[in-house]
Amino acid sequence: MTQPLTTLRHRHLLGLATYSPEEIALILSTAREFREVLRRQIPRVPSLRGLTVVNLFFEPSTRTRISFELAEKRLSADTVNFASSGSSVSKGETLKDTARNIEAMKVDIAVIRHRSPGAAYFLTQCIDAVVLNAGDGAHEHPTQALLDLLTISDISPRFDGLNVSIIGDIMHSRVARSNLYSLTKMGVNVTLCGPKTMIPFGISQFGCRVTHRLEEALEGCDVAMALRIQLERQDTSLYPSLREYHNQFGIKPEHLDRYPSLRIMHPGPVNRGVELASEVVDHERAVILDQVTNGVATRMACLYLLAGGQNPASLAEIG
Amino acid sequence: MDAADLDRTLSRMAREVTEVFEPSTLSASNLALVGMQTRGVYLARRLHRKIREAENTSVNFGILDATLYRDDVRKRLHQPLVRRTEILFDVNNAHIVLVDDVLFTGRTVRAALDALLDLGRPSTIRLLVLVDRGLRELPLQADIVGRFVPTTLGEEVRVKLQEYDKEEGVWLVNVPSHKRKNGNNPDFGQRVHKH
Repeated sequence: MTQPLTTLRHRHLLGLATYSPEEIALILSTAREFREVLRRQIPRVPSLRGLTVVNLFFEPSTRTRISFELAEKRLSADTVNFASSGSSVSKGETLKDTARNIEAMKVDIAVIRHRSPGAAYFLTQCIDAVVLNAGDGAHEHPTQALLDLLTISDISPRFDGLNVSIIGDIMHSRVARSNLYSLTKMGVNVTLCGPKTMIPFGISQFGCRVTHRLEEALEGCDVAMALRIQLERQDTSLYPSLREYHNQFGIKPEHLDRYPSLRIMHPGPVNRGVELASEVVDHERAVILDQVTNGVATRMACLYLLAGGQNPASLAEIG
Repeated sequence: MDAADLDRTLSRMAREVTEVFEPSTLSASNLALVGMQTRGVYLARRLHRKIREAENTSVNFGILDATLYRDDVRKRLHQPLVRRTEILFDVNNAHIVLVDDVLFTGRTVRAALDALLDLGRPSTIRLLVLVDRGLRELPLQADIVGRFVPTTLGEEVRVKLQEYDKEEGVWLVNVPSHKRKNGNNPDFGQRVHKH
């Protein structure tokens, strides 16, 4: 890694595919300082005072929405929330019109979660605000991958040569995609594991190893990241049954015994007894709640670094 | 100012710090030096050493980064890089001496005061600066000043410290108007002389 950066080169955070390792390192080091702010008696700083952030959640979300909202409040920004149920979207308004209307109310930053890949990019084309992607379809979920990196860096300060396995439905997972981009950029060896139906064809060209056997994924692995099996996809015949999935790909207590340094991560919400056995979720080597805590600090760092980034002289507008 | 001048000035300021406070404050060890990122930290560390040697008393030490409290983050006038804040002692009822290298507009000090007050309620806060270059934009003054150097807007005061810059001294630099905001490497001008 070369000279450390002091500002991001991007105006928006749509995905990590275009972010450089230096930019990712800047976000992580800023997030570490915000973690210290969150431990103070008054866990609030006035950095974004006067800025308005709108949270556009077109898809249900608890964790990410609350995490973003807390991060915005801890930075003293004014926040407006929008949920698609009970809004004009249920009356048939398009994303573009919703966005334009919100723009007319003068917001500075928009956080968007949408079921369609590219929704965040589309938003940058219709409004002037800085856009943060909080998950768009199966495309990317950059803040989740960044908080995962922060959690991993607490386990091992050096990314180089670390082995991380991502286990589950890679095909439909935006978390897996963002993590794959960012982890490989930081020099981590990534292994993807899951049933053949859940791993996109040709994904190994992104510089990762692919296996369909859980033991192969866990052997020599430092951190195993289990992904949520979307129960609503159960009838799409990606796998025969939840029990069979758990038998073949679920991480169980015997795995923790066999690999004494293995740490377990999960982006949540967890299906106990499917991707992780219940005992594994509660095990001291599962850092799932650390991920949640790191989420607020990471999102504060992203909001802070992107705020006021409307200086075209110093910022290339590369999405 | 060269390295020897700088050291003499710091010794004098260390004595002034001990003079300002009652002997009871000094012995009760609720006196604290807080250095402001980045060069204020090294200056505070040196003062801390000098006071401890002279008075044989324990003085608290802390590091403060006021970046998050600045009023110009949105305008990107200031580098948004957030650095470490490390104040491990109890700020409540403490006597704090805030240490910085150059006092200019006063905006950093304003931000630092907000940051400190968010951590608790100190008894007193005093301001110590190595160079006061004038041109204040806020009604703030330093209590202990190393050297007063009247400057114009086209000039800059550069403090360099061995620990951080691998070089030691204070320079008065002329910055050409086109380089004024983030000019990287203007030619070094004359050293700041004694008045």
